[in-house]
Amino acid sequence: MLDDIRAILREHGRLAIDQLGNDTDLYLAGLTSHASVNVMLALESRFDIEFPDHMLRRSVFESISSMHAAIEEIKQSETTQVTVAS
Amino acid sequence: MIDLGRRIARDMAAPFADEVDAKARFPAEGLGALRKERLLGALVPTEVGGLGRSLDDVAALCDVLGQHCAATAMIFAMHQIQVACLVRHGMGTPALRDYLGDIAEQQLLIASVTSEVGVGGNTRTSVSALLRQGGRYSLTKDATTVSYGEYADDLLITTRRAPDAPPSDQVLVLARKGDFQLEKKGEWDTLGMRGTCSPAMYVTASGSEEQVLPVPFADISGQTMVPVSHILWSSLWLGIATNAVARAAAFTRTEARKKPGTMPPTAMRLAELSNTLQLLRASVHDVANEAGQLMSSGNTHALSSMSFALRMNNLKISSSQLALQIVQQALLICGIHGYKNNTPYSLGRHLRDACSAALMVGNDRIYNTNASLLLVVKDE
Repeated sequence: MLDDIRAILREHGRLAIDQLGNDTDLYLAGLTSHASVNVMLALESRFDIEFPDHMLRRSVFESISSMHAAIEEIKQSETTQVTVAS
Repeated sequence: MIDLGRRIARDMAAPFADEVDAKARFPAEGLGALRKERLLGALVPTEVGGLGRSLDDVAALCDVLGQHCAATAMIFAMHQIQVACLVRHGMGTPALRDYLGDIAEQQLLIASVTSEVGVGGNTRTSVSALLRQGGRYSLTKDATTVSYGEYADDLLITTRRAPDAPPSDQVLVLARKGDFQLEKKGEWDTLGMRGTCSPAMYVTASGSEEQVLPVPFADISGQTMVPVSHILWSSLWLGIATNAVARAAAFTRTEARKKPGTMPPTAMRLAELSNTLQLLRASVHDVANEAGQLMSSGNTHALSSMSFALRMNNLKISSSQLALQIVQQALLICGIHGYKNNTPYSLGRHLRDACSAALMVGNDRIYNTNASLLLVVKDE
């Protein structure tokens, strides 16, 4: 998943992502608010998820690690819902 | 405190409003009265000598001032926006905490330097950058507009964190009197808001590194500067609209008294107008209330969310549009008496001042930001 996130950041975040670590502050590296929306869209599309509104905050998209954690959290809660439904 | 505000607005701002507008001069009387009543320190916590009032209280003051002199209201609003940023993001730094005490004690007036040549209305981008050496910072900035810069004591300036920082990596910096120079680069001769004295300025500033706010400007902007700006501006625009309706109502009643028993044709229009004003007032109060509660409870989580940003942007856009619409409709009611200057029903200044609302910041820019946000915000 981390490689996919990096690829999305390279293409939609317009960042020289290879030089940045998993915990590097992406905003300090040049990620703009506008670009972060494109990144969010690309992540939703790639991982077939929707970010709930309470996760649409700067801190969630601040680093590769924080994005990874958020996506994992969403996928887990979706799994739980499916289990409950069946 | 609102009664105090009303008295200041009626006695010290209103009598000079037309002259402030005609001559595009600083509303010294209104600001003097606000200082005398310690209102420049309204948002400063009581623990450092301020009045410790809420955002709602200050919004109500902007409304009542806006009813009588929009220039006085706007200067007051712009100052309070800077104070809010210092209170909410600077109290942890001793130098800034002490400065807040100075604001309260000396009734210092702060001007904002966020605009810049080359970035349009995008306040989240800077060209200028901070230089640091030996515990001090220095910067230069080509600002397209600095409201009442010539009359301010101190400045809060946005700039890039460092010369190698990307354009959106910004900090907010305090520059105190004596530590900055302003080179006026033009005049302020505008359609409205003429008393705000906001010409372009070339700014040179320096100070102690402690005067650089420790929080990234991105966070200050989203959690404080933008919401407080939109709420206080909307409140003063509401004030302009309220006074316009008051004049239209007074005119309609004057007509009615001439022929008791008949309904003047303007009465129906006034009924429509009263309705629209109520809509604007409800919107401003509702959003101001929500933001005020989130701020006083320190809910950083909610304040930094995209859905909050969306709502704050919507307030600015709708208030700017409704306020102007209301003044235009009031003019239709007052007719020639509203169109002429120097009558009790004159609406020229109201109309011209209200025209500024959609332009500061340009509504299209804000709509674009909202369009972007709406691609991901579900507004649950």
